[in-house]
Amino acid sequence: MKAFTTLAFALLLGVSRLASAQNPLNVVTTTQDMASIAQEVGGDKIKITPLAKGYQDPHFVEAKPSFVLILNKARLLIVVGRDLEIGWLPALITQSRNPRIQPGAEGYLDPSTSAKILEMPAGAVTRAEGDVHPLGNPHYWLDPENGRRIAKAIQGKLAQMDPANAAYYAQREADFETRLNAAQQRWKGQMAPYKGLKVLTYHRSWANFADAFGLNVVGYVEPKPGIPPTPQHTLDVINAMKAQNIRIIMVEPYFDTKTPNSIASNTGARVLVMPPSVGGVPEAGDYFKLFDYDVNLLVDAIKATGAK
Amino acid sequence: MLHLFRVSVRTFTVVVGVAALGVAAPAFAQDPAGVPSAAPAAAREAAAQDPQAALRAQIELLRQQLEALQQKVAALEAASGQPAAVPGQPAPAAGVPPAAGGAVEVPAGAAGAGGPAGALPVYGNSSALSKIFNPDIAVIGNFIGAAGKNDVNPLPALKLNEAEVSLQAIVDPYARADFFLAASPEGLEVEEGFITFPTLPGGLLMKVGKTKAQFGKVNTMHSHTLPWVDAPLPMQNLLGGEEGLNDAGVSVSKLILNPIMFLEATGEIYNGDNTLFTSHKRSDLAYVTRLRGYRDVTESTNLDIGTSFAYGHNDAGPDATTRVFGIDATFRYRPLRRAIYKRFLGRTELFWSRREDPSVNTNAFGAYVSGDYQFARRWFAGARYDFSDRATDATLRDKGGSLLVTYWPSEFSQIRTQYRRTLYAEGARANELLFQFLFSIGAHGAHVF
Repeated sequence: MKAFTTLAFALLLGVSRLASAQNPLNVVTTTQDMASIAQEVGGDKIKITPLAKGYQDPHFVEAKPSFVLILNKARLLIVVGRDLEIGWLPALITQSRNPRIQPGAEGYLDPSTSAKILEMPAGAVTRAEGDVHPLGNPHYWLDPENGRRIAKAIQGKLAQMDPANAAYYAQREADFETRLNAAQQRWKGQMAPYKGLKVLTYHRSWANFADAFGLNVVGYVEPKPGIPPTPQHTLDVINAMKAQNIRIIMVEPYFDTKTPNSIASNTGARVLVMPPSVGGVPEAGDYFKLFDYDVNLLVDAIKATGAK
Repeated sequence: MLHLFRVSVRTFTVVVGVAALGVAAPAFAQDPAGVPSAAPAAAREAAAQDPQAALRAQIELLRQQLEALQQKVAALEAASGQPAAVPGQPAPAAGVPPAAGGAVEVPAGAAGAGGPAGALPVYGNSSALSKIFNPDIAVIGNFIGAAGKNDVNPLPALKLNEAEVSLQAIVDPYARADFFLAASPEGLEVEEGFITFPTLPGGLLMKVGKTKAQFGKVNTMHSHTLPWVDAPLPMQNLLGGEEGLNDAGVSVSKLILNPIMFLEATGEIYNGDNTLFTSHKRSDLAYVTRLRGYRDVTESTNLDIGTSFAYGHNDAGPDATTRVFGIDATFRYRPLRRAIYKRFLGRTELFWSRREDPSVNTNAFGAYVSGDYQFARRWFAGARYDFSDRATDATLRDKGGSLLVTYWPSEFSQIRTQYRRTLYAEGARANELLFQFLFSIGAHGAHVF
């Protein structure tokens, strides 16, 4: 009898929790980029909590128990995918005690499955190449085309989970696309004179960005993904930059600028601390502002250094 | 299950596609490149007009059939992993039905608009499908060396202390499974092997199998995740040795939701026969409970505090029991913007053991306090002070101190040096330099924080 009462109480609690969770839909995203796009689509019908901060290296987030609490209450979890969060998210999901967001469940969304993914490794993948991503470059949100695809995926999922507001989500998604198209034209226009510009980046975070805006990433500060700079590699980079007259070094905010600065002082290049994520710097507050900030930073630096 | 279903749907589509192809072009079912089917009709027409032209048409037809066959052979060879005989032959993606077992569906999440979609050739043929469902496999080598003098508890000069094989995968929509097999000079042992049900009603998380007991911090960690080469003295003296409390049982934990902090309660029942406890009869089970609280202080710092209790029978007699009570506290600092360069972890654990004996009860105490500081991307420095009474004789207290330097070539390997001084209760002193090489291959799952 006691067991029955407990069970009934638990069920009641579960039902009431479910009911209260209906409005607004509780969405958790692993990064602020996904949060920003989800906010565009979901508007005030959803409540979003991002886990990692934009100024944090998304590969090395700590699986804090406080994240378990956030995931415990989530109806929908939106991940970046492509193994970006492999080091921290699986343990959190297991501990979340939340059946709704387990991989494969309705409340688990990986928008990368419909995005354009670059650097898909061909042939054998070994860690001799460093910390490679066997499922392709996970920094795919840095192409506005993919921003659109992510929004579409989120819209589809929200409409599925909350059919009553499907029209609302569709309308907001369409509006987002319109604004993104206009902004994309603007960014492309700003970058158009510098098509094929050779740049150096710290990590391989910029493949999609370079693809979208016609940059040519010719080298990396890291000798291999996830491997810190070595003196020999830095020397090689300096020589290559001098030979090819490369003037721009793009560094993610979570990397040390010591090596990039020393490369810059040897080559006359400029180090740009460029956020690859929403929230990476305070000015990059949403998905639009991220590109605004990065494109402006880049264009100003190109003008100042006379890079070609 | 869902995934299986999706695969079968795709397989079904492929089958339907093949059938359609067969119906549409029965004469050229062999022809993978889809040579225009108008060709034979034209040839027959020509044959009616001129015998020489008929011969030419016949040769042309044979040539086309030969080409089609060549393409088919190349496709089959490509699918089975051998180099294509015909240079420049396209991959068997378009038009060719994948040979059974020679190609597999891309796992969910692997396909993208920019990446390969649909069937990928898999090099290794018939077992291809089983590879997709293989668990994540990793091997971690833990090689240690010791120099200096220790007469009480000597380590060999060089030793592959442990090769840990981990096999981890999702079982079905309701559970995941983790196996950790430890091969050491003492033999092969299942260090842990358990199934986890993460989605039980009531917010419960249940583990069933052989697991490390949720007692304190060090006891729950695998040796390759410890910040030292060895385990601190209270673990060795009061919690059953280097391997700690590790047994077959059932573990259930629940989050106690509250607005202040993360609070988790764990209750565990074990068989009760391990390095710490002895089971004299089937009902001599061991019990472990733990309450853990965690709170972010700032975005870079947090506090983690727990209390643990273990109870079971010991080897002194059929009614003699051992109780161990523990308190642990951890302070972490890791600035988010420089997370890969700088961090600090300070930790202490205290152990009180009460061991009954038919003649006398022993109350023993042990503790350690340690700090680890990452001062560069690849470098860590650490220190530890540890001491502990012996569980069977509280008048004997061992004391130790250690200094450590750790170097990380990458996330997957680690080289560590530990200078350790130990003053054993009997009066013997040990001054040792320990070395450790840790190296990991394969896909090792994320560790619990």
